[in-house]
Amino acid sequence: MTKPISTTADWTYELIDEYYKVIETIAADFGLDTYPNQLELISAEQMLDAYASVGMPIGYNHWSFGKHFIHNEQSYRRGRMGLAYEIVINSNPCIAYLMEENSMMMQALVIAHACFGHNSFFKGNYLFKTWTDAEAIIDYLVFAKNHIADCEQAQGVDEVESVLDSCHALMNYGVDRYKRPYPISMREEKQRQKDREIYLQSQVNELWNTIPDKVRSDEDSTIRFPTEPQENILYFIEKNAPVMSPWKREIVRIVRKIGQYFYPQRQTQVMNEGWACFWHYTILNELYDRGYTTEGFMIEFLQSHTNVVVQPDYDSPYYNGINPYALGFNMMIDIRRICENPTAEDKEWFPELAGTPWQESLTFAMQNFKDESFIAQYLSPKVMRDFKLFSLHDDASSNELDITSIHNKAGYQEIRHNLSQQYNISMSEPNIEVFDVDIRGDRSMTIRHKPTNNINLGETTAEVMRHLHKLWGFPVKLISEDTKGEQYELCRCPLEECEEEDD
Amino acid sequence: MQIIDRRLNQKNKSTVNRQRFIRRFRSQIKKAIADRIIKRGITDVDKSESISIPSKDIHEPTFRHGTSGKRNRVFPGNKDFVVGDKIPRPTRQGGKADKRASDSGEGEDEFLFELSSDEYMNILFDDLELPNLKKNKLKKLINYKNVRSGFNTDGTPSNIDITRSLKGSLARRIAIQLPLKRKLKELQKQLNTLDTKMKPDNLVREHKKQLLDEIEQLTLRIKRIPYIDSFDLRYKNFTKLPQPTTNAVMFCLMDVSGSMDQQTKEIAKRFYILLYMFLKRSYKDVEVVYIRHHTQAKEVDEEEFFYSQETGGTIVSSALILMQSIIQERYNPDDWNIYAAQASDGDNWDNDSIKCHQILSSDILPSVRYFTYVEITEREPQKLWKEYLSLVDKFDNIALKKITEPSDIYPVFREFFQKQSISTKLSLFNETGGR
Repeated sequence: MTKPISTTADWTYELIDEYYKVIETIAADFGLDTYPNQLELISAEQMLDAYASVGMPIGYNHWSFGKHFIHNEQSYRRGRMGLAYEIVINSNPCIAYLMEENSMMMQALVIAHACFGHNSFFKGNYLFKTWTDAEAIIDYLVFAKNHIADCEQAQGVDEVESVLDSCHALMNYGVDRYKRPYPISMREEKQRQKDREIYLQSQVNELWNTIPDKVRSDEDSTIRFPTEPQENILYFIEKNAPVMSPWKREIVRIVRKIGQYFYPQRQTQVMNEGWACFWHYTILNELYDRGYTTEGFMIEFLQSHTNVVVQPDYDSPYYNGINPYALGFNMMIDIRRICENPTAEDKEWFPELAGTPWQESLTFAMQNFKDESFIAQYLSPKVMRDFKLFSLHDDASSNELDITSIHNKAGYQEIRHNLSQQYNISMSEPNIEVFDVDIRGDRSMTIRHKPTNNINLGETTAEVMRHLHKLWGFPVKLISEDTKGEQYELCRCPLEECEEEDD
Repeated sequence: MQIIDRRLNQKNKSTVNRQRFIRRFRSQIKKAIADRIIKRGITDVDKSESISIPSKDIHEPTFRHGTSGKRNRVFPGNKDFVVGDKIPRPTRQGGKADKRASDSGEGEDEFLFELSSDEYMNILFDDLELPNLKKNKLKKLINYKNVRSGFNTDGTPSNIDITRSLKGSLARRIAIQLPLKRKLKELQKQLNTLDTKMKPDNLVREHKKQLLDEIEQLTLRIKRIPYIDSFDLRYKNFTKLPQPTTNAVMFCLMDVSGSMDQQTKEIAKRFYILLYMFLKRSYKDVEVVYIRHHTQAKEVDEEEFFYSQETGGTIVSSALILMQSIIQERYNPDDWNIYAAQASDGDNWDNDSIKCHQILSSDILPSVRYFTYVEITEREPQKLWKEYLSLVDKFDNIALKKITEPSDIYPVFREFFQKQSISTKLSLFNETGGR
């Protein structure tokens, strides 16, 4: 019988080290593939700091981070919010923050959750592999911070702040959703930045460089620029804004790249947290089975664990949407159950999954899906029953909500479909693309919104348009295209078109 | 795996961002501060302040979905719904948002946060400075403090430094004795040779006697060297270091006669609060003296100053006389920075205004650093105002302004204490003169 590693709540470096080694062995036995780990011990104040910069270890300065910081600090001080136990950064080595206030059990939990759960997810999931480069992210953030600090020196804080404001407003539209991006790399960036500046300045811009032809054929005007609608608005601006100083282009690029870095995280919340919870749960239980921990440790653990994966009902005062930890964890556990002990129902729903080795199947699921497809693929009737899910139809023009399906045989498919769509980024964000630029005329840019299910745009649209105008430097127009292909104008900036733009 | 202890790293990584936030929303914060200032007691300066600014000002816009259209939503925790049920739309996205807002007593449309007292002051007194600070600096702001600065050969006996003096005496004695002792030794040696080698005859005896005489004289001389000489004495030296006084006293003078209603007093109170906080920022200790008057003046405490009502006529000079006597009694203008703020609705006995003019110009204005007068009224200026106005030409440490409603206070205060340049002074004069 092995002796428990610790019996008290206090942690020491030696104990953390010992726990880490044991957990590492267990994780290796389960076949988890991870980046090397770096544990950083921080205080609660530092945790608040880390929060404010959305988990980026190094960030440029901007008032919006200050706003988040003040907000978190206030909530924390008044006890309305507890601090997260951990923050983990998708980098190589993978950086996990341990708070000094945590008990020894919490530290072990965080090690299992972050250093092996999240870490292996970052390394294995296809979205992270495609969109982020863990090797280079820290370097890139340093580069970004320095560049923006340099710009502030040269241009003044206000100037830089206003460019950042505009970029932030469009941050979610700085990603190529359908194209594979180039990974961010510090070395290339540095080498290319200078060239790019010179090049762009000299080229300002081939589009507009055309000496006005006296004879302009009619065909020309029918060719649209861009030839295809562009979903990546920031990229389009960076490359095509007619007059923009190089340092601004570089800032647009930085915001775009950072947006891209967070893009996979936005799409894999349920899976990422579910995976990490599944592994801390599995690893810590294994730790107990092998005799490394005491009963007291396990009871403390189970209490924190249950608090994390609880799902309040829709009518509970604590309800705040579906808890990604709860949904993810239960689905992961359920996949293991289907592999190990399939019921007749499971065999019918998941014939290719039932009875397979669970570690392989689970790893496959982790690697090749995002939330939307993961739910569409793996949400089982059992989980739907456990969560008592129901789906309703919300038509803004009616005063009543229709219950369309509940957790029964007739409803499973629809609920699964609807829930999966809820995690579809292109459903939760309006579909807006760069549609046209008037390259022969006033250089105005037209962007097009294609509403899904008649959902209009929110109140802040006009403001975003002002930001877009600021970046583009020439008039911008927002049009909406309905399902029949008819277009009408929603908004333009500046409002008076007749005003002469001086270029 | 490696463990890094970051706890000792710099803690306030977010300070810059916090400052950026405050910087960006300075104007909104200023407005919020102006609204809250009345809720503070005059001397509550060191408190931090909760500030709320409208959320709509600080939100970050993005393209997002509006509320129209159709959508399907999935919720957990079905109780008794079956397919086909119709439920009324809950108000505002399911009642939970409302509930949370009311629980915490804070609406969703306000962004509430705390400013430290320093940040608060900085914003409140942005671009303001103490009046006349530069001009009178040498004359009045200076207090002297004695500080040790080495040793001196002259001074009073009480300042004698014993160790130093004795060291000097020892050195002097050694220095003076040395050549004498050397000579003495020499003579002694000669005497010895005489004693041992020479046959005692008359010549030798003569010589010996001579030697003995010299030795005796030398010994006497050595003995006569004083143990301590006035030359040895060292005195501790002090010099006077000029030190700006950190004491300030603020006189609040207010008319409490029947014509001053509570609202007018509230306006005056705000003005006093501002002045107090402003002084507090520049001086270590600020004392406040409250003088209320109708036909007689009386020194009172804050509570009575603002909240008790008197009736009767108004004699402003009574307050000025009382102030003058308090200054003489307790606040020597050489030691104290004296500020005075007078608030009134402009009523006064006609003959009294001239008296006020005299007291101010002969006694008060020369001894105070700044005298401000606010008239809280909508009427035409009366005699008192005119008398005061004539003082503005002669003295540059008096300022007067008219206030009609609470929102005027802050701008007026700012105008009083704006970083002074000739142009603002002139415009202040022109404006007041034009009324």
